[in-house]
Amino acid sequence: MATTATAPVYTPVESYVGESGLWSWLTTVDHKRIGTLYLFTSLFFFIVGGLEAGLIRWQLAGPNKHVLSAEAYNQMFTMHGTTMIFLAIMPLSAAFFNYLIPLQIGARDVAFPRLNAFSYWVYLFGAIFMNASWFVGAAPNGGWFGYAPLTTMQFSPGLNIDFWVLGLQILGISSLAAAFNFITTIVNMRAPGMNLMRMPMFTWNAFVVQFLLILAFPVITIALVFLQFDRFFGTQFYEIAAGADPLLWQHLFWVFGHPEVYILILPAFGLTSEIIPAFSRKPIFGYPVMVYATMLIAFLGFGVWAHHMFAVGMGAIGDTVFGVTTLLIAIPTGVKIFNWIFTMWGGSIQFSTAMKFAIGLVGLFTIGGISGVMHASPPADLQQTDTYFIVAHFHYVLFGGSMMGIFGGLYFYYPKITGRLLSEKLGSWHFWLTFIGMNLTFFPMHYSGLLGMPRRIYTYEAGQGWETFNLISSIGTAILMVGTLIFLINFWRSFRTGAVAGNNPWGAGTLEWSIPSPPPEYNFARIPRVTSRYPMWDMRSHEHAELSHAQAEESGAHIEVATGRSARDLGIPMPNQTIKPLICAGAMVIMFSGLLFIHENNMPLALSVILGGALLMTLSLYAWVLTPLEDAH
Amino acid sequence: MAHAATIDSTHDEHAHGGHPPTSTGLDHKKIAIWAFIGSECMLFASLISTYLIYKGRSRVGPYPHEACLPPVCATALKPILNIPVTSASTFVLLMSSLAMVLALAAVETKDQPKHTFGERLLGNSKLWLFMTALLGTTFLGFQAFEFTSFVHEGLTIRTNLFGSSFFTLTGFHGAHVTAGVLWLLTLLAIDARRGLGPKDALNVDLAALYWHFVDVVWIAIFTLVYLIK
Amino acid sequence: MAHDTHEAAHVDHAAMGIDKEHPTWSTYWKVAVILTLITVVEVWIYYIPSFTASRLFVPSLLIMSAFKFATVVLFYMHLRYDHRLFRVLFTGPLIIAMTTLIGLLFLFGKLKIGVGAIN
Repeated sequence: MATTATAPVYTPVESYVGESGLWSWLTTVDHKRIGTLYLFTSLFFFIVGGLEAGLIRWQLAGPNKHVLSAEAYNQMFTMHGTTMIFLAIMPLSAAFFNYLIPLQIGARDVAFPRLNAFSYWVYLFGAIFMNASWFVGAAPNGGWFGYAPLTTMQFSPGLNIDFWVLGLQILGISSLAAAFNFITTIVNMRAPGMNLMRMPMFTWNAFVVQFLLILAFPVITIALVFLQFDRFFGTQFYEIAAGADPLLWQHLFWVFGHPEVYILILPAFGLTSEIIPAFSRKPIFGYPVMVYATMLIAFLGFGVWAHHMFAVGMGAIGDTVFGVTTLLIAIPTGVKIFNWIFTMWGGSIQFSTAMKFAIGLVGLFTIGGISGVMHASPPADLQQTDTYFIVAHFHYVLFGGSMMGIFGGLYFYYPKITGRLLSEKLGSWHFWLTFIGMNLTFFPMHYSGLLGMPRRIYTYEAGQGWETFNLISSIGTAILMVGTLIFLINFWRSFRTGAVAGNNPWGAGTLEWSIPSPPPEYNFARIPRVTSRYPMWDMRSHEHAELSHAQAEESGAHIEVATGRSARDLGIPMPNQTIKPLICAGAMVIMFSGLLFIHENNMPLALSVILGGALLMTLSLYAWVLTPLEDAH
Repeated sequence: MAHAATIDSTHDEHAHGGHPPTSTGLDHKKIAIWAFIGSECMLFASLISTYLIYKGRSRVGPYPHEACLPPVCATALKPILNIPVTSASTFVLLMSSLAMVLALAAVETKDQPKHTFGERLLGNSKLWLFMTALLGTTFLGFQAFEFTSFVHEGLTIRTNLFGSSFFTLTGFHGAHVTAGVLWLLTLLAIDARRGLGPKDALNVDLAALYWHFVDVVWIAIFTLVYLIK
Repeated sequence: MAHDTHEAAHVDHAAMGIDKEHPTWSTYWKVAVILTLITVVEVWIYYIPSFTASRLFVPSLLIMSAFKFATVVLFYMHLRYDHRLFRVLFTGPLIIAMTTLIGLLFLFGKLKIGVGAIN
C-alpha cells in the first residue's frame, strides 16, 4: 500500500497502555480494553455462528441429506440467527462504539466506565448462558424471532425456549446499559470545539443507534416478559384458547425487530463513512445530509414494523400505510449510497483492503436494499414471504452490509487498536474470497426463493428445480469459510509481526488518528481543541500551516512526546479498576438462570438461586455505587 | 494549550480535579436518567398497549368494569375494579410527589439560615424523604390490598386475559415504586448518617425525577385502566 | 451548537439542577392542589351515569389525565425550568411511544377512525 511504503519509518511509540495480566482484564474499566474484550468475544461468536451456518448449508447442499436431524436443524438455524445478531454483529458494533467513540470525540473514557464494564460482562455471561443450552441438548429451536404461540409451553415444552427467552432478556440489559452510557458520553464528553456538526460520521451513526436501542429494547423486553410469564407462571398472553391474539407477539416483536435492523446496519454505515473519505482523500460528501439521513432512517424505522407481517392480512389501510413508509425509508438510505459515491467521485482513491470492503458494502447493500423495496409492496411480498428470497435479501443487507462494513472497519482500525497493520496481501485474499463467496452463497437464493423454496425446511425433495441453486449456495459458503480463515490467520499473525503502524497510517482526518497506536491509557495527554470536521487534514494544509502549527502545539493533536508516560506521571485522574461490575453481572445472570428450575418443577432450588442471585446483585450494586469512581484528589 | 487549559481549570468545582468540563455543562448522571426515563416510556407503552388490546377479550370473568350476570356467566360477577380504594391510592401517590419536591428543595437550601418553625419544617430533608418513602409504601400497601382482594374474588394472573395483563401492568408499576422506595430509603440513611446538603442535590434530583416519572405513569394507568370503561 | 463554549459557561451553574428560575414552595403546593382537584373531578364524573354514557366521557378523561401528566412533568420534574436537552430526551421518546401505542391500537381494531374512542 502506497501510504505505508512511503511513510517514514516510525519507531514503535512507547505508549503506556497500563498493566497486563488476567486480573487487570477482569477489573478493567478502560473503554479501550472493554472494546478489545468485546472484539475478541464477538469474533469468537461470529465463528460459532459461521460454523452453524456451515452445517445448515451442508445439510441443504443436495436433496434429502440427513447430516442433521430435523430437530437439530431447527436448533441450528435458530442459534445461527440469534448468535449472528445478538452475539456477533451487535457486539462487534459495540466493540467499535467502545473503542472509537471516546477517541473520536476527544475524551479520556466513557461517561460511566464501570457501567461499561458491567455491559460487557452481562453480554459475555448472557452469551455463555445462551450457548450452555447446547450442552444440555436443548438449544433454542423456535427461530430467532421466536413467534408465540409456537414458543409457548404447549407447543415448545422443552428447556430450549427458556434458554432463548432468558438469554435475550440478559443480552437486552447489556445493550440498554451500554446505550445510556454512550448517549451521555456523546452528549457530554466532546472536546472543546467538537460541536455536533463536527462529530465524525461514525460517532453520529453510533449516537443514533443508541436511541434506537433505548427505544426498541424495552418493547422486546415486555414481549419476552409476557412469554416468560406464560411459560413459567401460567399467564395467558399468547393463549389463543383464552382469547389471546396470535398477532400480539408478532407486532411487539417487530416494533423492536425493525429498529433492530438499523441497529445492525448503521454502525457499519458509520465505519464506511470513515473509510471512504480516508481513502478518497476527500471529506465526506454532504455531511449534514448524511447526518439528517441517519436520523430520518432511525425515526422512520419505528413506523415500518408491520411490513414484516403483510402475510397475516392486516387490511388495506394497514398494508398501505406500512408499504408507503417502507418505500419512504428507501429515500434517506439511497441518499447515503449516493453520498458515498460522490465522496469517491474525483477523489484519489486507494484500493486498500478496508476501502475494498467499504465499496463492497456500497454495492452489496444496494442489492439488498433494492430487494427490500421489492417486498415493501404487499402483493409482491405475499409471493416472497417465508421463501429463500427473503433469506437472500437480509443476508445481502446483513452480510453484504453490516459484515462488509465491520470487516472494513477492522482493517481500518486494527492498527489503531494493536499498533500494527494487518497484511494487505492476505487482506486482499480475504476480501475477494468473501466477496465471491458471499455472492455465490446468497445470490442463488433469490432464484430458489422465487421458485418457491420455503425457509426453515430441514431438507427437500429432488426435482423441484432447487438442487443447482442450493449446491452453488453451499459451495459459496465453503469459499466464505476459507476467506474467514485467512482473515483469522491475518489477525493472529499481524498481532506480532505486522508492520508498525504509527499514529496515522492511512493519513485519515479524524481525531483518533492524532494519538499513538495503541493509545495510552488516558488517550489524550491534553484534551484537544477541535476547529473542523477533519482536524488532521486541516492541520496539514498549507494555507493553515501557520495557524495549525500553533493549534497543534496547543491542542496536543500531533505526535505526543509524553506518550511513554503513565496517567499518574502526567497527573491525569483515572478511574480505579474494580471487580464489582463483573460480580454484579454474574449475580444477575445467576438470578435469571434460577428461572430454569421452575420449568423443572424444582421450586425450592429455583427460589434459592433466584433470591441468592438477587441478593448478591443488590449487595454488589450497593458496594459499587457507594464507592467513588476514582480516588479523591 | 493555553486556551484549553483555562477551560480545563475553570468551572470545575463539581468534578474531581483535572477533568475537563462537560460539553453541555450538565451532569452525566442527569442526562443518563432522562435517557432512561425516555426508554421507560416505551416499556410502559408496550404494557399499556397490551392491556388495551386485550380489553374486552377475556373469555371468562371476573371483568374489570361491567357486571356479568347469568346466563352469560355461570354465577353473577360484579365489576372487580375498586374505584374508591384506587382513587385513595392515586391521591397518596400524588402527595408523595409533593413530599418529594419538598425533600429536594430542603436539600438544595440546606445551607440557608432557617428562622421560623415553618422554615425549619420545610427545610427538614429527612422528614420529607421519610414522608415520600412512607407514602410510596402506603401506595404499595393499597396495591397489596387490591391484589389480595382480587384473588379472593377469583381473579389471578392465570384466570383470564384481563388478569394476565392487569397484574403484569400494575405489577411492573408496583415494582418500579418498590425500587423507588429503596432508593429513597438509601438517601434517607445517608442523610441520617452525614446529612445531605446542596452538593448532594443532584443525587436527590435523580431519585426525584425517577419518582415523579413513576407517578406520571400511574396517572396514565389510573385513567386508561381504572376510569375508562 | 456553534457557540458551545459560550453555552457551557452559561449553563454551568445550572448543572446541579438548581436553576435561577426555580419553582418555589408555593408553586409546589399549588400544583398539588390542582392535581388533587383534577383527580376529584375525574373520579366524580366516573360516577355520573349519564356522563359516562356520553361521547364526551373518554375524551374528557384523556384530556384531564394528559393535563396532570404534563403538570407533573413540567413542574415537579422541573422540565419547564431545565435545560432544553432534557426536554428533547423526554418528548422524543414519548412521541414515539404514543405513536406506537396508537398504531398498535389501530392495528388491533381498537380505534375506529372518526370516533376516536378507545373501545
